[in-house]
Amino acid sequence: MEQLTVREEMDTEREKGYLYWLTQVPSVGAVTIRRLWDRYHSFENIYNMEGKELKGLGMLPEKRARDFDQQKQFLEKALEEYGRLQEKGIRFVAFWEREYPRRLRSLYNSPAGLYVKGRLPEDSRPAAAIVGARSCSNYGRQAAQMLGRYLAGAGIQVVSGMALGIDGAGHRGALEAGGDTYGVLGCGVDICYPRSHFAMYLEIPKKGGILSEYKPGEAPASKNFPMRNRIISGLSDVIIVVEAREKSGSLITVDCGLDQGKEIFAVPGMITDSLSMGCNRLIRQGAGIVTCPEDILEYFHIFVDKKLRVDEKNENGLAKKEKMVYSCLDLQPKFIDRIVEECGLSLGECLTLLLELELEGRIVQTASHYYAKKL
Amino acid sequence: MFSKVNSVGLRGMEGYCVSVEVDAGEGLPGVTMVGVLSSEVREAQDRVRTALKNSGYHFRPQKVTVNLSPADIRKGGTGFDFPIAVGMLCAYGRLNHRDLEGDVLMGELGLNGELKPIRGILSLVGKAREAGFCRCFLPVENVREGRAIEGIQIVGIKSLKEMAELMGSPEGIRVETKKEEGEEEEEALYGVDYREVQGQLLMRRATEVAVAGYHNLLYIGPAGTGKTMIAERIPTIMPSCTREECLEISKIYSVCGLLPKEGRLMRRRPFRQPHHSITSTALSGGGKNPVPGEMSLASGGVLFLDEFPEFSRRSIEMMRQPLESRRVVLSRVSGRYEFPADFMLVAAMNPCECGYYPDRNRCRCTQQQVRRYLGRISKPILDRMDICVEASPIGFEELKSSEPQESSRDIRTRVENARGIQSDRFKGEGICFNSEMKGEQIRRYCELKKEDEQFFQKVYRNMNLSARAYGRILKVSRTIADLAGEEHIGHEHLCEAISYRSLEDKYWNS
Repeated sequence: MEQLTVREEMDTEREKGYLYWLTQVPSVGAVTIRRLWDRYHSFENIYNMEGKELKGLGMLPEKRARDFDQQKQFLEKALEEYGRLQEKGIRFVAFWEREYPRRLRSLYNSPAGLYVKGRLPEDSRPAAAIVGARSCSNYGRQAAQMLGRYLAGAGIQVVSGMALGIDGAGHRGALEAGGDTYGVLGCGVDICYPRSHFAMYLEIPKKGGILSEYKPGEAPASKNFPMRNRIISGLSDVIIVVEAREKSGSLITVDCGLDQGKEIFAVPGMITDSLSMGCNRLIRQGAGIVTCPEDILEYFHIFVDKKLRVDEKNENGLAKKEKMVYSCLDLQPKFIDRIVEECGLSLGECLTLLLELELEGRIVQTASHYYAKKL
Repeated sequence: MFSKVNSVGLRGMEGYCVSVEVDAGEGLPGVTMVGVLSSEVREAQDRVRTALKNSGYHFRPQKVTVNLSPADIRKGGTGFDFPIAVGMLCAYGRLNHRDLEGDVLMGELGLNGELKPIRGILSLVGKAREAGFCRCFLPVENVREGRAIEGIQIVGIKSLKEMAELMGSPEGIRVETKKEEGEEEEEALYGVDYREVQGQLLMRRATEVAVAGYHNLLYIGPAGTGKTMIAERIPTIMPSCTREECLEISKIYSVCGLLPKEGRLMRRRPFRQPHHSITSTALSGGGKNPVPGEMSLASGGVLFLDEFPEFSRRSIEMMRQPLESRRVVLSRVSGRYEFPADFMLVAAMNPCECGYYPDRNRCRCTQQQVRRYLGRISKPILDRMDICVEASPIGFEELKSSEPQESSRDIRTRVENARGIQSDRFKGEGICFNSEMKGEQIRRYCELKKEDEQFFQKVYRNMNLSARAYGRILKVSRTIADLAGEEHIGHEHLCEAISYRSLEDKYWNS
């Protein structure tokens, strides 16, 4: 019996090697691979077939068949590369393996394999995607971070794209709460993109994981990102859009999610704010509205005793003057001149109090001399 | 016959004595000029010959040799026309060169024998006095400028003919003695005042601090927020020029030929605003016979670089050394030239390509783009900008508000007080301003209270400050304390200085 398992495992490894090779054939994507597998149930056998033959059977069009034959000379190299993945701390999880997320299995274009640093999301626990604009406002950043924090704190897995702006804020919030979070990249998992998220890139795999369907070394090409969005939506049960312009890449994630039957939530914004146009329109079209993190928790039937009131300011433990300055601030960054005018203190006093509040972590300087409240 | 008259030549900012020797004697007729002459000096012979003819002098054809000694310095400029002409008159026996011992002559000649003004009179007359000459003949237009140098008699000459007449009857020589008229109203002098600036509290305050401690300053903000307007008014809040400073500033302008037409001295502090297409040479000064550049022209005042990232990298990098040593040194084959460059650097820039960052509703630049834009300024230059403040778009209420704003005079009083405290403090240290403090001096004069020390340590760690930023913040907080008239740096002073910290330390913390 045991021998059999070992053999099975070896077969699996062998098969994965051939799958690794097949994913590298240009113009052969997830759907084609899936079709080939459904027919032949062995990638080794597929490799041993002629491109012409596959074409004759109607499995591959002419160009792909040509690419398929040409790629055959690189098998050795591919198998060797595959063997070396482990050294880099990267695992390759094929779609037939138990670890492969169940949520992805049902997709018609589910990736044939995932490269993973760290873990993959658990099937048994709820997962939520937090997505939005890269160039976001402080309001969006704070909201995403707060949502990430609360959802992760309630045991929900936070999935996002590790991009600048909203994505990064969502991850950061989840990390702050000590929860697990999953970053889906549009490049190889050995590449940190964007570079400024390097600290996050190191931190995420410790509790959650970084995953991608692109092989290690693949550059972050713009064509990859819409494709990875289907994985983000596929991995999660709900998709929360925090800030999106009218034509935003986040809306691709939403479309994928709708195709996959996921629940969509959007964080509302001001109607004058072009950064929230996309979100507000989603709400009009029937997406769920996020007024507080509990709205999401409720969907998952998680109930908490004390509701978070995001609209209230936490002024506890502030001295009188600090309160005067703090009460002037909200999530929209304000320039120092306005603050001075509104609170009636001198410029020097204001700068002093603002610096102290910033050190305490209650407020944030979004750009130099622009201050905003933290959620 | 041999004759010799004295003149002064200009080399960089300094004058050097030249004796113009002319000999007329037998030989093939013609004029030979020797003494390493540049082409404009060589052309003098034609001007001189024609000017003499048109002044009514006719000479026998003789061999004339002109030597400008010392013969090993390359001579440029048109100031030698006049002494050569007088030398010729002496060599032909029309005038007696013994009458001109102890005198210097300088000036350009027109073909009709009239004298025309020349550049660099202040340096030239200064050198003449230093060399012990007691009287100076120069073009009438230059008289006002020459009079600024004390201790030497100035005689203004209109034409060659007048010169000859005066030498014939020395009792007719009128020495110009009229002194410069009294000081005018300062405000009228600049034509602008701080009163006209509405709003921009932060920028105004930061500017005041920068001027008080002579810190370099960087404004960041969208177009139309008053960056240029405030920068233009910086000279009005700087302490007014002393006579020595006026002379120093005027000297540079005189060498460049930029003094006002009437030859009045510069009493304003300069405000130079070169366009960003400026070449590095125009900024530092240069040329075969080097002349001062914008950095020197801004000496004693403000060098304002608008659209800072658009300046060529070479131009900006070149300012690094002058910002430290406060002078420009140009080395050429012909020697080493030194120009003052004691300016306050004020730079202004947009926060990003489109200019609207951080207004995310209007600015579509990606973070990378913004970062790249800011990154065009190199770190070494950024390190020299002690204060960096943001300008925000001005609201309508501020624009139309008629509330009286502080005038330049009031601000200047505070600045002068702070400067006074600094000059007392740094007596014998070889520096004048807080911004010039170095390691040991920072430790001695910028001591913090115990709890502030701990507070600063916390800030330093939380905000990832650099060692350079540490020094900068302490220097600026010292200036803020001086402005407040406090002996010790207080908590508020430190906090304010921290919030002025430079771009790289704060612009990206999201």
